[in-house]
Amino acid sequence: MASKVTTRAGKRKKKRVYLVLTSMSILVLAVVLVLTALEDSISLFLDPTELVERNIPEGQRIRLGGLVVEDSFKKDPDGLTYFFDVTDGAETVSVSYKGSLPDLFREGQGVVLDGETTSSGLFHATEVLAKHDENYMPKEVMESLKKRGVYREVEEESI
Amino acid sequence: MIVELGHYALILACLLSFIQATFPLYGAQYNQGRLMALSSPAAYGQLFFVTISFASLMYAFVVSDFSVANVARNSHTLKPMLYKVSAVWGNHEGSILFWALILALYGALVAFFGRKLPKTLHVRVLAIQALVGLGFYLFLLLTSNPFERIFPFPMEGNGLNPLLQDPGLAFHPPLLYMGYVGLSVTFSFAVGALLEGRVDAAWARWVRPWTLLAWCFLTAGITLGSWWAYYELGWGGWWFWDPVENASFMPWLVATALLHSAIVVEKRDTLKSWTILLAIIAFSFSLLGTFIVRSGVLTSVHAFATDPERGVFILIFLFIVIGGSLLLFALRADKMTPGGLFAPISRESMLVINNLLLTVAAMVVMFGTLYPLLRDALTGDKITVGPPFFNIAFGLLMIPLLLVMGMGPSVSWKRADLRGISSRLSFVFAASVVMALALFYVTSGDNFMAAVWLGLGLWVLLSTLFEWADRVKLFKSGALKRVLRQPRASVGMTLGHIGFAIAVIGMAGTSFWSSEYQGIMGYGDKATIAGYELTLRNTDGIIGPNYTAIRAIFDVSKDGVELSPLMPEARVYQTPPMPTTEAAILSRFTGDLFVVIGETNSAEYDQWAVRLYYKPLQIWLWFGVAIMVLSGLISLSDRRFRMGTLKSRKNK
Repeated sequence: MASKVTTRAGKRKKKRVYLVLTSMSILVLAVVLVLTALEDSISLFLDPTELVERNIPEGQRIRLGGLVVEDSFKKDPDGLTYFFDVTDGAETVSVSYKGSLPDLFREGQGVVLDGETTSSGLFHATEVLAKHDENYMPKEVMESLKKRGVYREVEEESI
Repeated sequence: MIVELGHYALILACLLSFIQATFPLYGAQYNQGRLMALSSPAAYGQLFFVTISFASLMYAFVVSDFSVANVARNSHTLKPMLYKVSAVWGNHEGSILFWALILALYGALVAFFGRKLPKTLHVRVLAIQALVGLGFYLFLLLTSNPFERIFPFPMEGNGLNPLLQDPGLAFHPPLLYMGYVGLSVTFSFAVGALLEGRVDAAWARWVRPWTLLAWCFLTAGITLGSWWAYYELGWGGWWFWDPVENASFMPWLVATALLHSAIVVEKRDTLKSWTILLAIIAFSFSLLGTFIVRSGVLTSVHAFATDPERGVFILIFLFIVIGGSLLLFALRADKMTPGGLFAPISRESMLVINNLLLTVAAMVVMFGTLYPLLRDALTGDKITVGPPFFNIAFGLLMIPLLLVMGMGPSVSWKRADLRGISSRLSFVFAASVVMALALFYVTSGDNFMAAVWLGLGLWVLLSTLFEWADRVKLFKSGALKRVLRQPRASVGMTLGHIGFAIAVIGMAGTSFWSSEYQGIMGYGDKATIAGYELTLRNTDGIIGPNYTAIRAIFDVSKDGVELSPLMPEARVYQTPPMPTTEAAILSRFTGDLFVVIGETNSAEYDQWAVRLYYKPLQIWLWFGVAIMVLSGLISLSDRRFRMGTLKSRKNK
């Protein structure tokens, strides 16, 4: 650039400075927001074996995925709290859940739960994630079952 | 036979798109008229053949030809006709063919309406359009042939996921795709302009209506999907920050930015290279959206098609389209001569801030959507990024956007007088703060954020109305004439902003003030929520065309006044066997009463798990978005965008 700056070029430069300053501040704002917001809203996906191995501290929000154990489903007399076990073939975790169950919740089927562990070792689920396809096995659960060697090919999606 | 014809037509369309993408481009470079003349006929031909192809697939669905693998997997003889037809685009192969059809449709529209464009630009735009089309045809023919036969063929099909058997979702994909693919035109224009090395006001006047059209479809499509989730999934949520929702939301954010920056190019001949870049980003997000939904990299409620091999193809395709266009941008962007200057306080600056916030917001959404993938690839940890992330990070970015949005229209082009604006708007601002605080107080002060968002919505609403009243000099004689004489584009702007403000108020109401009740009810039992009293009167069994259901009848009253009863259903579909809940919703101006009857895993006979939700101001959200779409259509009908005005470009 020439050393002698015309007024128009000068204005353009000044305009650029404003533009850069605005964009930088918005970006900084965004990065700060992203970092602070991310901290609290990530949940780790674990299968029962990992949940037992990793010693997750009480109250940390995680996602637990596995198969609902056959004949483990029980209902509290209040009619709204449910108890059942979730397994990956190696380890089994007992779960309590208060709320409504999604349409496709069945014994023997894959399930993903949002919740936290309690001091008694019971997993306290706050949400049972709805999976809306009869054949659908949650991807994470399928991988976990494969890893634990209990995955049967017949369960695979027919598609 | 008809099915093979469809396959054959698809191959022909693919060849035509290759011709349209190559020879005329060469012709445009070396000024050979005969090669350039190939372009438009090829575009029409493409549309012709893809239509044949699509129609024959539809035929296979309508007559339930289960020797076609795709039909056998996704249809069933007992399905109502509407869902046989909508099943054509409710699956992976069919939806990609549908993409290609719409792409060809837009190509033909550009060929037709662009006759008066400078020849080389016209040809180049069509070539880029065809290049994108070529990618989709190859994708179909190589990895996802919708016409594949199976032998031996089954006597009955698998059926379509019952949740998708709904009028809302039958029309959701077409609208969304019209939006996604509409952005391809803007993209083609941007790349065409880069090849030409020239962007001016006339170019912007060309791009804006296409962006606007795509934006209207995208807005309507996203909202239809959200509305479907609201009444069909049975828990009264309308936005879940699900990857598939985000996939459609990101292009919307960028398209909204593009809509605004194109105004600056048109009026002030500046921000050109930025607008080009936005056009590229917007379409890249459209492709990314298709990739996210269709490749199965992210599993979610909506992604019914999962196949990683197809993902690899799309990834390569994405790389070529996005990488290629960005490379071209890097090489050519300096050719754009910068235009008019503007001061830090000016309409241009306001629109720049709008653009920055919207694009950064789109990046934040992208980060939240793709971070689990990144983390999985790097550490092997499987994580999910939950709604709180998006609500905080995205939500807080929207606060400055709404503040600027209220000011923008009152700020003049080039250089504005800050003191004048603030003296005019400070009253409006104060009024919205007072109203928000009053609401905060009336609602016993239980949610400060609700007051903030309502205040912001009111601020945009009031300041937009104020600016409009000021512009048409509402309180001086002859106001009616001035109101009617407003150019359609500015009517569109005013209405669009009002619609958005109403939608924001609705979102705030339903997000912060919802209440719910869960319980077990027997006949004659009463439950109360938000002043409504519901009594379970009875249940009966009903048989639908492909399902059976239990229907509950609730008597509803408010303040002693009897309202019409609500009848939620718990349905069980036969193919595939699956229970679903059909909510009953009472929509009123002040809020929605939402009733769901649970599945009968209750041990006691005649005891039903019942969920009630009250969603304040829910209808404002749908109504506001409807106004936004309408405003886009009004703006689209502005005289400036009609074809005759483009002749002036030559005369200049």
